[in-house]
Amino acid sequence: MGLRKPPLHATHAERDASFTEFGGWEMPVEFDSIRTEHAAVRESAGIFDVSHMGEIRVSGPDATTLMGRLTTNDVTELDPGDTQYACITDDEGIILDDTMVFRLPDEGAPQYLFIPNAGHDAEMYARWVDYRDEWGLDATVRDVTEEWAMLAIQGPDARSLAAEATDGATNDIDRFRTAFLDVSGVRSFASRTGYTGEDGFEFLVPWDEAETVWSAFDCQPCGLGARDTLRLEMGFLLSGQDFDPVDEPRTPYEAGVGWTVDLDTEFVGRDALETVEREGTEERFRGVVLQQRGVPRSGYEVVDADGTRLGHLTSGTMSPTLGEPIGLGYLSTEQAPPGTRVRVVVRGEPKQANVVTPPFIDT
Amino acid sequence: MSFDVPADRRYLESHEWTTTDDDSVRVGITAFAQDELGDVVFVELPAEGDEVTKDGEFGVVESIKAVSDLVSPVSGTVVAVNEVLFDRPELVNEDPYGDGWMLEVEPSDPEEFDDLLAADEYREQIE
Repeated sequence: MGLRKPPLHATHAERDASFTEFGGWEMPVEFDSIRTEHAAVRESAGIFDVSHMGEIRVSGPDATTLMGRLTTNDVTELDPGDTQYACITDDEGIILDDTMVFRLPDEGAPQYLFIPNAGHDAEMYARWVDYRDEWGLDATVRDVTEEWAMLAIQGPDARSLAAEATDGATNDIDRFRTAFLDVSGVRSFASRTGYTGEDGFEFLVPWDEAETVWSAFDCQPCGLGARDTLRLEMGFLLSGQDFDPVDEPRTPYEAGVGWTVDLDTEFVGRDALETVEREGTEERFRGVVLQQRGVPRSGYEVVDADGTRLGHLTSGTMSPTLGEPIGLGYLSTEQAPPGTRVRVVVRGEPKQANVVTPPFIDT
Repeated sequence: MSFDVPADRRYLESHEWTTTDDDSVRVGITAFAQDELGDVVFVELPAEGDEVTKDGEFGVVESIKAVSDLVSPVSGTVVAVNEVLFDRPELVNEDPYGDGWMLEVEPSDPEEFDDLLAADEYREQIE
């Protein structure tokens, strides 16, 4: 099967980007260097093409019920224009994907748009349709992933850049709020959210007009490489890596996102999660900072001074901001709470590390 | 993009270079290799006095995004290690054929050089 390509693929190739396969998409991983791109986002601003993210639109009289029963958070809290981070869990409470839920302006009935991770759009579309039919709900579900490109502008200067490109329209958008507006004359959807820890916007723009919006921002283009190091410094989960229903099955409580679970609502996985919440979890998602030279990576074991296993890492890198090796992973709740000195096994060598609670940096 | 491939060195398909002096040679990775890796953040090298073997792994180079084994183009004894790289691994990106060198090796079998790629052969491989 061929890889899916974002609408700006040729533009990125012309800009000499290098590409990588991610979630079935061929996406730019690096334009200049990860370090340069990372620093731009922390210090000024960067623009990302994240068109590999999915978009599913749900509307109709029962849209709120359908969204509420398939996500862990309380969707009834949302007014039009609001956003909410949530998990999508199976019957056992295992995270299938994490997602942003946007409540759109009502059009006779409630409307939502949610953002599955790269490569999860078809699966989530099918899940929504199957449950809708099983429950006999009146809602329309559409996979609009290839109708909308997604561009993220992130960094301390993102807000002023966005204001310039939208005649000030983005100035009225509070954090975690959204609006429809024009970017360089292109009707777009703007959400004041992101995946970097910096202020900024994520724009959904019509697939064929992505070029106009992309070129409206005069700032550092950034690839998935910098997107990964930026989210890692914040301790944000990466779907398919920090959790995965097959390779890394975890509940929201283990993954440190128990705050997205509202047990007062009815949703798939709720009963299992109530038990997990009551009994606690054996492992928890933590950060580690290496005290010795080396780079923590996904899959590395974490042990104590005697070599007894405490857990393993699911992500890691050399933090460009700190210049220190950082990792994320699942460690024994009892044996390795934050503050514990542990060892990360790098190619057979145990390297000293401290357990911390992410984020690794203040933004 | 075209990368520098100095004519006075010999190369491995796995993108390491060696000089071809008689008594001791320098070993490192090519401009193409450092560009593929991106920002180098860590190198693990053998100690002085260690033996390396042609086509054998002698260390590891890590960038932000990737881990790569280092393969020795020569057999012999390590007589110097570029310890500056432990604090400044970015030199591998900035000057791969100069300050970013990794090892100095006293070759045990100079005839091995004949099996290595000449500059034009290596250039063909990366173009």
